[in-house]
This record gives sequence, structure tokens and C-alpha cells, in this order.
Amino acid sequence: MKYIEGFRNPAVARAIRKCLDSLAAGLPADRRVNVMEVCGSHTMAIARYGIRDILPPNLDLISGPGCPVCVTPTSYIDAAIELAAKGAIIVSFGDMIQVPGSESTLAACRSQGGAVEIGYSPLRAIELAEAHPDREIVFLAIGFETTIAPVLSIVEHAERRRLGNVSLLTAFKLVPPALRALLADPEIRIDAFLCPAHVSAIIGADAYRPFAEEYRVPCVVAGFEPLDILYGLQGILEQVTRGEAAVVNQYSRVVTAGGNVCAQAMMARYLEPVDAAWRGIGVLPASGLGLRPEYARYDAERRHGVIVGLGSENPACACGDVLKGKLRPPQCPLFGKVCSPDHPVGPCMVSVEGTCSAYFKYSGAA
Amino acid sequence: MKDSTIQIGHGGGGVLSRELIRGEIMTRFGQDALRGLPDAATLPVPHAGALVFTTDSFVVQPLEFPGGNIGDLAVHGTVNDLAVSGGRPRWLSLALILEEGLPFAVLRRVLDSVRAAADACEVSVVTGDTKVVGRGQADGLYVNTAGIGELMEGFNLGPERIVEGDHVLVSGPLGDHGMAVLAARESIRIENGPLSDSAPVHRLVMAIQPLASSVRFMRDPTRGGLAAVANEIVEERPFGMLLRETLLPFSSGARAVAELLGLDPLQVASEGRIVMVCAPEASESILKTWRGLPEGRNAVRVGEVAGPAGRVVLETVTGGRRLVDVPRGELLPRIC
Repeated sequence: MKYIEGFRNPAVARAIRKCLDSLAAGLPADRRVNVMEVCGSHTMAIARYGIRDILPPNLDLISGPGCPVCVTPTSYIDAAIELAAKGAIIVSFGDMIQVPGSESTLAACRSQGGAVEIGYSPLRAIELAEAHPDREIVFLAIGFETTIAPVLSIVEHAERRRLGNVSLLTAFKLVPPALRALLADPEIRIDAFLCPAHVSAIIGADAYRPFAEEYRVPCVVAGFEPLDILYGLQGILEQVTRGEAAVVNQYSRVVTAGGNVCAQAMMARYLEPVDAAWRGIGVLPASGLGLRPEYARYDAERRHGVIVGLGSENPACACGDVLKGKLRPPQCPLFGKVCSPDHPVGPCMVSVEGTCSAYFKYSGAA
Repeated sequence: MKDSTIQIGHGGGGVLSRELIRGEIMTRFGQDALRGLPDAATLPVPHAGALVFTTDSFVVQPLEFPGGNIGDLAVHGTVNDLAVSGGRPRWLSLALILEEGLPFAVLRRVLDSVRAAADACEVSVVTGDTKVVGRGQADGLYVNTAGIGELMEGFNLGPERIVEGDHVLVSGPLGDHGMAVLAARESIRIENGPLSDSAPVHRLVMAIQPLASSVRFMRDPTRGGLAAVANEIVEERPFGMLLRETLLPFSSGARAVAELLGLDPLQVASEGRIVMVCAPEASESILKTWRGLPEGRNAVRVGEVAGPAGRVVLETVTGGRRLVDVPRGELLPRIC
């Protein structure tokens, strides 16, 4: 099986489009279907393959809060910059370094001499810790369920190699509590969730059952390839047409009902639920994970006495409403004017997975 | 005992400098214009109506990567800039900035590659320079090459000659160089992973000289890839460019690394490819000629000059359309 070409086949795409069109045409004339794609990688793929452009007119895609960079509060960036100023070597995934904090970015911090490194693998932190035993290494540990276990391998390796100079600045987030908060918000109407691909590989498709059963919202797990997404939308429209609400796993080549138990065990061993601040949404109870007290020495906040506080955001920035699907990026007063990928104001414009960035980069093609 | 690494003294102008120049440079390049180490090269003025002249600096990390090293890259980069400007490459300069501590073994491999690449491109290294800087003041080895070529008859190239309806061709798969370098740098080991496409393109240009008048514009898609070249072509013009995803050639290795790292392969550098805009009636003949050469065997038409002004639009595999943007800021480590 060719896993790339196989899921980008133009003839199959045409066939699924036909199905979508006929399903959508079968709905009552005034019925609009709002589907939230939860995950930033879906947002990105939808933009990259021009999918919005080919959907039936009564099917709307709303981008959800599933970009880890976008939901990270400004105060987190401020804390990272403070740690760099104290002499720590900061290791980060690439997207983070352009994200504006209250006053500055990690990129600006680096240009002024701060040690900020971009790593593709979390284990870069371990390499640096071994190479610089006299320096403190801080890994910017952001991300949803998908990235948490790989990042925890830093702690595992540090334990095994008895490294005392590496820690995590944690801002781990969980998807299900965010979905619950969105469904509880009376201002947001969501008819169905296109559930994340890789997050679901960790938490399992069963994690969405409460949303289908309690809230009567169809949940379809779909992969990130264009055919996965189109097929996932077909699955959603089929449920909507029949008035059903179930969890359907259409990404069964990767996702199981129960998820990745190894990753789950690793998360349970090192982490415990914490209330977490979501940029633009606010603090959601038990929506994040932090290091357990017995691993406090790997917690950059506790180790270095840094506090991720409240921070300040540009009051005109509408990233919060964009993240909740209340506003589309072009409706934000800053979009494309003062806020662009070159000069991002809010995180949705910074991250390559951000809704605003995807809109800015890929739309307007017609 | 022979030194195994570069020392500051190798740049001091004394005995060590002499050893470096005589032992490493003259043994490889001392036969032609460099004989006797004059301060400047004297070049015969050719019959060509015009000369083309370019320069480029190379700071790639790692210095050696699958499919090449900074030495052959420095030759190909400059030769290709000359070639896509319609020049037949003739002469190169070679300037090296060496960091104290650079292993001689690496320097020798790089210089051997410069020699081999220059021979393959039929260019002479006619002048050069070597400097040594302290540890930490450079990243191993930097190379600058400048090149002079003779303008080939018949080529009249310029983005202003492009008109609506022109065809857009590429001479082979895109993005292998950038992906090979990034995979090497990040220690991503993939079976059948990407190899740099670093190679000269001047033979492709020379081969189509009979069709030169139909060629509007050529560029080698280095930093920023096809996305950057395409956007540059349509910027502030009354037309756009339409590319078709189903036609875009990518190797499986480059595609795999791009997927793994979440990069758009359209934005990734090649170092041995041509992007050409030509008159529509000439595109089949050009492709046929290119495909007759090993370096052009996968040449293909990827789109045409059409659509909304100033925009590069990709028709994707789903049939939807999206904008092709230029890469912003820092996505990739140093690749050239």
C-alpha cells in the first residue's frame, strides 16, 4: 500500500465529492451543517488541499482549538523568555519561537543572545544536557495527547542517565475537556466533530462516546490525508441525514477503540490532571497535565521559581473567538491588516497549523 | 607528522599557510591559471557578445550530506546561476573560510569534490583565496564561488517577456536537496531516503539552444523552491500562475521527509533543476530534448501562466484550489 499516493487519488476524491453533493442535496433547503474540525493538522490539510472550495454550499467547516501553539497563553512565552534570560538553553518546536508573548518573542530573545534552539526531536534536550553539564536545559513542553508521550521520553532518559540539568516547561493540553467546554457554550452551534487523527491514536475513539451519547453530536475520527477528510465528512453527512449520533472510527489503519495503552501508561506515571489556561478560551478545569510532585525536579516552573502568570494580550486580537469557531479569521479586525504571518499578533497567525495562518496562506485562490 | 586539523597558523601567511596552499590547493587546481599563484587571473576575452557573472556563498550544514558536499554544491550553485541566465560556464573563483579545528580529511574530501564537479562542468578554477578564523567564528567551512560564463546566442531571457498562456516546465523532481540536507542534519534515517539533487544544469540549457527564442525565463529553484520562483514571476504582473498538483514531480524520499516534518515540498530547495517559462508551442520540443539527457529524463510540464493577477494557485488532488505562498521566515536550517 502506498500510504501517500493511495490517500490522494484524484479519481477517488471526485467520487467522494459526488457522494457529499448528493447527501447535502438531500437535506432540507434551510438546513446548514456546521462541522468542527478539532485538530490543527486537519485545518492545515483542509487549506492545503483546497477542500473548503469543493464542499456543498450548506456544509460549513469550523476550525477548532486543536493547534497546541495557538492555545498556549502569552504568559507561557514570557516565562520561557525569562528562563532564557536567566541563562538556560531553551529547546522548542519551531512554531513557538515566533509566537508573541506580552512584549517579545523567543526569536527576538535569541537574536539578542538568548540560547534558543529549535529541535525536531525532544531528545535534542538530552543531547544538549549531556553536552553542557554546566547549563540548564529547558524544553518547551507544549502539545496535546499526541506529543505528550514523546516529550516525556526526556524525563525517562534523564532518569536513566542521571541528568540533573534538564527540565520541562509544561503546557500539556487535553482534547476532550476542550470539546466539552465548546459544547457547553450556548453561543456555539456544532452539528458534528471531525475528530483528530493522531490524538485519537493515543486516547482511542471511545473517548468521544460521551459527546455522541450525551450531546447527540456525531463524531467521526478521520486521518489527515485529503481522502480521509472527504470520507470523514461523508460519514458525518450520512449520520446527519439519518439523524444519528455515533462515534465512527474511519481512521482504523491507525486508531483503535482503546488507544495507545503504552503512551497512556507513560502519561499516568509522570503526569496528573491540572487546570489549564487556554489562550482565548480561559482556564478549563482538569484540561491539562502537569508533572506529579515526585517528578518536581523536572518541572521548570518549580525548579527555577518561574511562574506562568496571566500575561497580557492585544485586546483587539480575536484569536479566542477564532479558536472557539465563533469568528472566521477574515472577520477579525486585525486580520491581514496589522496581523499577518510576517507580523503575527495572535497565535492563530503564528503557527503553521493556526486557523488564521491557514486562511491567510491558502485562501483567496478563486 | 602531518597535521590532522586546521590551525589558526594555517591562515597566518607563513610556513603553515604555504603548506596548506601547496599541499591542498595547488595539487588540485594548480595546473591552469593558478600556476605560479598570481594575484589575479588573466582571462582571454571570448568572441561572445556578452559575459554573465555571478557569485554565491555556501554555508550548508552538515558539510557532507547524502548526494554531495559543500564543495560540489558550491560549483553547481554558481554554474547553475550562470546557466539559467543563458551563460555557458567558463571560469570560477573559489574562496574558502576555514574554522580552526576543521579536520584536514574533511577539507580534502570537499576540495576533491570541487575538482571533480568543476571538471564535470568544464569550468576552470582560475583564482581563489583561503582564510582561517578562530574556533567558533565559523561553522567548519564556508565557501564562496564566483563564476563567469559566455552568453549563449539566441537567449533573451527576462520575466518581463512572460505572457499569459505560457507553459511552466521543470527539469526533474523537486526538493530533494533541501530534504536530503534536512534529513541528514536532523539524523532522520529513512530507507531509500532523499539524495541531494545537486548537479549542473548547463547541459540542459545548451541542449535547447536551437529553441532559445521560445524560452522566456529560467531560474534554478533553490531556497524557497518552486513556490518562491513562481511567486517571484507573477509578482506585480497582470497574470498569475496555475500549477497542477497531479503533475508535480517529487521523489518518494523527498516526499516522505516533507510529510514527516510537516513541510510543503513546493517550498523546498533543489540544486540541480530548472524552472522554465516558455512559449506554449515550444514546450513539447523542449521537454523531448530534456528527456533525452540523463539529468532531464523526468522533465515535465507542471502548469501555465494563467489566473488571477499576482497569484500562484495550485489545483490540488481533490480538485480544490489553494494559494501557493512563499515560505516565511525560518523553516529550514542552512541548506546552501
